[in-house]
Amino acid sequence: MKVTLFITCIVDMFQADVGKATVEVLERLGCDIKFPMGQVCCGQPAYNSGYVEESKDAMKKMITTFENAEIIVTPSGSCATMFKEYQRIFHNDPVWRPRAERLAVKTYELTEFIVHVLGVENIGAKLNGVATYHPSCHMTRLLGVKDAPMTLLQNVEGLRFEPLPNAHNCCGFGGTFSVKMGNISEQMVDEKVDSAEQTGADFLIGADGGCLMNIGGRIERRGKPIRVMHIAEVLNSR
Amino acid sequence: MAMKIGEGKFKENVNKNMEDTFMRGAVAGAQERLRTRRLDAAEELGNWEEWRSHGEEIRKHVLDNLDYYLHELAENLQKRGGHVFFAETADEATGYIREVVNANGGKKILKAKSMVTEEISLNQVLEQEGCKVIETDLGEYILQLDEHDPPSHIVAPALHKNKEQIRDVFSDKLDYKMTSKPEELALHARETLRQEFLTADIGITGCNFAIAESGSVGLVTNEGNAGLVSDLPKTQIAVMGMERIVPTFEEFEVLVGLLTRSAVGQKLTSYITALTGPREEGDADGPEEFHLVIVDNGRSKILGTEFQSVLQCIRCAACINVCPVYRHIGGHSYNSIYPGPIGAVLTPLLGGYDDFKDLPYASTLCAACTDACPVKIPLHELLHKHRQVIVEREGRAPISEKLAMKAFGLGAASNPMYAAGSKMAAAMMKPFTKNDRISSGPGPLKAWTEIREFPAPNKERFRDWFKQHEKGGGEQ
Repeated sequence: MKVTLFITCIVDMFQADVGKATVEVLERLGCDIKFPMGQVCCGQPAYNSGYVEESKDAMKKMITTFENAEIIVTPSGSCATMFKEYQRIFHNDPVWRPRAERLAVKTYELTEFIVHVLGVENIGAKLNGVATYHPSCHMTRLLGVKDAPMTLLQNVEGLRFEPLPNAHNCCGFGGTFSVKMGNISEQMVDEKVDSAEQTGADFLIGADGGCLMNIGGRIERRGKPIRVMHIAEVLNSR
Repeated sequence: MAMKIGEGKFKENVNKNMEDTFMRGAVAGAQERLRTRRLDAAEELGNWEEWRSHGEEIRKHVLDNLDYYLHELAENLQKRGGHVFFAETADEATGYIREVVNANGGKKILKAKSMVTEEISLNQVLEQEGCKVIETDLGEYILQLDEHDPPSHIVAPALHKNKEQIRDVFSDKLDYKMTSKPEELALHARETLRQEFLTADIGITGCNFAIAESGSVGLVTNEGNAGLVSDLPKTQIAVMGMERIVPTFEEFEVLVGLLTRSAVGQKLTSYITALTGPREEGDADGPEEFHLVIVDNGRSKILGTEFQSVLQCIRCAACINVCPVYRHIGGHSYNSIYPGPIGAVLTPLLGGYDDFKDLPYASTLCAACTDACPVKIPLHELLHKHRQVIVEREGRAPISEKLAMKAFGLGAASNPMYAAGSKMAAAMMKPFTKNDRISSGPGPLKAWTEIREFPAPNKERFRDWFKQHEKGGGEQ
């Protein structure tokens, strides 16, 4: 299956290993990966801060770049949600609205694509240890991808899961919120780190680069022995 | 108490309130209990999503036809001998109520819980007239005794207080000598209030939903106080926000079911009261005079705008009970009687951006509020809409942020700039980088690294790796 990868700016610049794992997992599943070099950021940081007009150029750029893709896959629930939001943002624009609608229907978050499009639930991954999973807000509530990550993770050999207390609470990232309201963000991420620590997990797994950068950055600052992993890296472990 | 409850700036309030470990423990505990109960109640009812859609449909229909239903409500209540007053402003509302009170020689006034009367500062106005005003909802009663401590939650106003603090308030103000056991505290309040009920001149209630077909005011309580407030005194005044209306008792039932389940996980509250005008011949009880005050106070300005859906709100606080920001900062930080996500949307609309422009940013846009809302208000989208208005229409964003976002717009949308920027990032960040981590830096990096490590940009970006990989020469 031909898959066009939307890697996200965070992965491109800061988490290249997550990108590599995504490619390797998908190739192992028989996908032929295309990566349009024209891709930039989806526009979410500026958009969510209220700079709607400023972010539209980035959105148009992304719509154009991915116009010819058959299927778009991205290792981020939040960025996939943003691609699907474009149609609402351009809903009064007769030119861009139909193009945004076409983009939306062919965009999939990575685990959703593996489970619901490829129909694969066990990817043959192996990783030894105890893990806990943080369900990211945009992925679960806005994109509606709730079960696919755990379906895949539960089939990872050697991994035992401990539920994360108050898993539904946001980790405190929120894009520019993390710096604009840093004092509140700190309390939120601390509660998340404390919850992860309570589980006794070796790994905290998530499916969104932004949240993982936030939680991981706090875990490192506090010197906690928990390894933060993107789900693509877990699925690529063997 | 007006809508605005203090003079402090949002950030100062947050810093102060986050020090209050008791409050934070109480809020976190309450959130977890109320969330679980709400989810259980929804599960038990079944088809929750259909009920939500039905609730949304009812609220939307009423807002789209508000003039019609307000007219029907007023006409039906007047037919029953009730008086109806439309108040455009808080002053008009309190002015009318003051006249009614004075005309009836009212000195002792009993109130059931009502957010809209807080919003219009009714108690202060009546107290200035020399009236004794007594709140009868237990939570509100505690706050009133405690030198008018403001509410921190729209359903559980005294959520921020523990039983020991409440005992101290009672000992101080009511000569209470018992323990901090909730049963003993509640019994004492009940005995004290019972005497007040019997000697009150005027009863004032809010309104959960007015029912247009009969001209009734519908109220839900768990303490039965709304019934006593409305039955015993000779004169009865109900105050409602102009949007709190349903066409018939059929829709009333749907919304009450959504309200009680979403607020506290109950199928029904202990008491549901419907007040329909003054006592008629042959009635065993009820007031001799009945007034309904319908308050606009900025609501009609929201109608027809992109924010109209906020008026669907049924004041259940489900959004507050799941908000991870409210969880840490508590209700008082918002500086408004309407806290949490609903407050962060509604307060700037009613009170303006001058005092409340920080509130829409007090959210990660995690959408827990939108998910919990029983009438499907897209709360996180409205918070975002506020940000857009603040930036684009009001031009109130800081200059540095504007420039950064302009640069973002250019950089993110242009390949050469994105490519150059992302390629140079590792080199630019090098002075701050140690072991692939950045622990301090300038600008937004400073705000980030005060709390957490920031990852150093990869020396080889993903796209560089992919190019090699595609050629078959990349790292496998």
